[in-house]
Amino acid sequence: MSSIIIKDLQVAIGDKEIIRGLNLEFSQGEVHAIMGPNGSGKSTLAKVMAGHPDYQVTRGDILLDGESILELEPDVRARKGIFMAFQYPMEIPGVSNANFLRAALQARLPEGEEIDATDFYQLLYQKMDLLDIRREFTARAVNEGFSGGEKKRNEILQMAILEPAFAVLDETDSGLDIDALKVVAKGVNTLRGPNVGILLITHYQRILNYIIPDFVHVMSNGRIVRAGGKELALELESKGYDWLKEVDAEPVGAK
Amino acid sequence: MSSTANSVDIDRDVGNFFYNLTPARDAGAGLSERTIDYIVDVKGEPEWLREFRKNALRVFTSKPLPTHWAGDELKEIDFEVIRYYLASGESAKRSWEEVPEEIKQTFERLGIPESERKFLAGVEAQFDSEAVYSNIKRAVADQGVIFMGSTEALKERPDIFRKWFGKVIPTGDNKFSALNSAVFSGGSFIYVPPGVKVKHPLQAYFRINAENFGQFERTLIIADEGSEVMYMEGCTAPKFTTATLHSAVVELVALPGAKIQYITVQNWSPNVFNLVTKRGLALEEAEVKWIDCNIGSRLTMKYPSVVLKGRKARGEVISIALAGDGQHQDTGAKMIHAADETTSNIVSKSISIGKGRATYRGLVHVPKHLRGCKNNTECDALLINPSSRTDTYPAITVRGTGNSTQHEASVSQISAEQIFYMQQRGLSEAQAMSLAVNGFVNDLVRQFPMEYSVELKRLIDLEMEGSVG
Repeated sequence: MSSIIIKDLQVAIGDKEIIRGLNLEFSQGEVHAIMGPNGSGKSTLAKVMAGHPDYQVTRGDILLDGESILELEPDVRARKGIFMAFQYPMEIPGVSNANFLRAALQARLPEGEEIDATDFYQLLYQKMDLLDIRREFTARAVNEGFSGGEKKRNEILQMAILEPAFAVLDETDSGLDIDALKVVAKGVNTLRGPNVGILLITHYQRILNYIIPDFVHVMSNGRIVRAGGKELALELESKGYDWLKEVDAEPVGAK
Repeated sequence: MSSTANSVDIDRDVGNFFYNLTPARDAGAGLSERTIDYIVDVKGEPEWLREFRKNALRVFTSKPLPTHWAGDELKEIDFEVIRYYLASGESAKRSWEEVPEEIKQTFERLGIPESERKFLAGVEAQFDSEAVYSNIKRAVADQGVIFMGSTEALKERPDIFRKWFGKVIPTGDNKFSALNSAVFSGGSFIYVPPGVKVKHPLQAYFRINAENFGQFERTLIIADEGSEVMYMEGCTAPKFTTATLHSAVVELVALPGAKIQYITVQNWSPNVFNLVTKRGLALEEAEVKWIDCNIGSRLTMKYPSVVLKGRKARGEVISIALAGDGQHQDTGAKMIHAADETTSNIVSKSISIGKGRATYRGLVHVPKHLRGCKNNTECDALLINPSSRTDTYPAITVRGTGNSTQHEASVSQISAEQIFYMQQRGLSEAQAMSLAVNGFVNDLVRQFPMEYSVELKRLIDLEMEGSVG
């Protein structure tokens, strides 16, 4: 079973420190929620795990199965099984969803091996059916002209096709109305299972009504300040984030 | 990245190939009346052509180099060292074994069929292509279609050839059309009789291969009333040539109701000056469509044109230009509306890589007295690196009240966030770039025949490998 261990992580963008000593550990098969107010560093954590070039890790480490991934290019991390669902998925004009996904799968094969077109479409249609996505979707350009809900659903479809060991969902619920949220949550629940570890980053408790986490972490000011089970999310819902201002607590390690 | 970068470097050195062979029959270096006498005598051409060529030489000499638009690079051409004529069957030869392994690998990666590889590497492959060419020739001859070399045509079918030769593009059109008129050899001649619709595209590849590749080709295609023909020239593999100047003239004549589609995909080595004049004449309700893809070369100057001479004639130019590092693609289109209710459409996309420069230069002319004319012009440029450059010069003159035009232009870049997004899905930076570039030209590439679009995609992949990292 694969695991990710984040040790004493410290991250800056330019001179600005965003994550200040974060510890977190999660494994395949688990769903962890990270909650926190705006500016607490949640999205930065997602991007650093994916290897976004704008962020510098100034201290600490991120280990995948015991090995540091910090020196790895974003595409190498992706091929090692780390997937990130973007808060703002990018549009790629002229590139169809089918071609994009095919290229992504192809990139995972050894040199000289070609993906079989029939097999690919079979897989694609199967996953699309699973997520209630209509067939004409395959020919549309990646995220181009998509509604907010469609973009998020597309992220989940990509996750379904790529079958990552770990998926970091960065505010996948943001900007969605309740119906779109339910659709996306249903998709995530469908993919949930022993082979994937999910890190669900969210500002609101709402999505956790539909995707029940195994663990909840509260992030504030670049650290995890509380950790607990799913009931912690409900506590936050009633108390809000204001109480965090009074907590100048020691950072809390997960689990 | 280094290993792939190497293979691309090799790719780019193709123009430096050196054939250590002196053809027994050539016109020597430099250009004079003697060169022309030599060409006319060796080829056994009629006297009228001798006069035509000599007149063209005078025009060529009298015209200044057109350095005022695309740039000063033209001054690098040394007209005195160019060999203007290599006799048929006497050009450079070498064996497949002599072709460097890296080049063979490039062909492999491009997926070039075995038979074509030998031709492209400068190895003779006459047998195969001659057989294919004569098959095609025989098949279309049954429909009365004439498909032959222009030299052959001017001797065998002077009745049709002389009627149109030099009429669409007169000698004095520009300095390089004059040069071509003076020294042309090679190129195709096609005549399609009234009402005949040629089912399969006619491919220059097999014909030219059977005859030798010409650096001053002259092509003339006449589609008689109500006929249809598609012609394809070039291929996406890098051309192995020692010639640094390619200056072709292509004339198309679409008689009333006829349709001509002319497809070009060319990938020149980076030392070549590619200065080509292409123009079609469309009579009543006729249609001329140029689909043009230019890759490589030091400088390409090419503006396929359509003169819309008959009522309801249609003209179209679809073009893709890819300017690699240090290359300049000065391409575009011209639409000359000369009759009522004529319509024209120009869609141009360019990609500039590294210090590459792509220029769109268009001319749309609709005079005041015409009615019901329409033009649509779209030009989009994609810049890959911060040092890449693009310019647009769309000269659109639409006069009179009953005519309309629409013009859209855009410049875009592939953002770092787009690349990160694709990398997060497992694509390398180069693969991500390729995918985005292919997406940019995708709607145009779909208009190319299948085998060309596949090659084009591979070629973009290769070019992009060298542009990142």
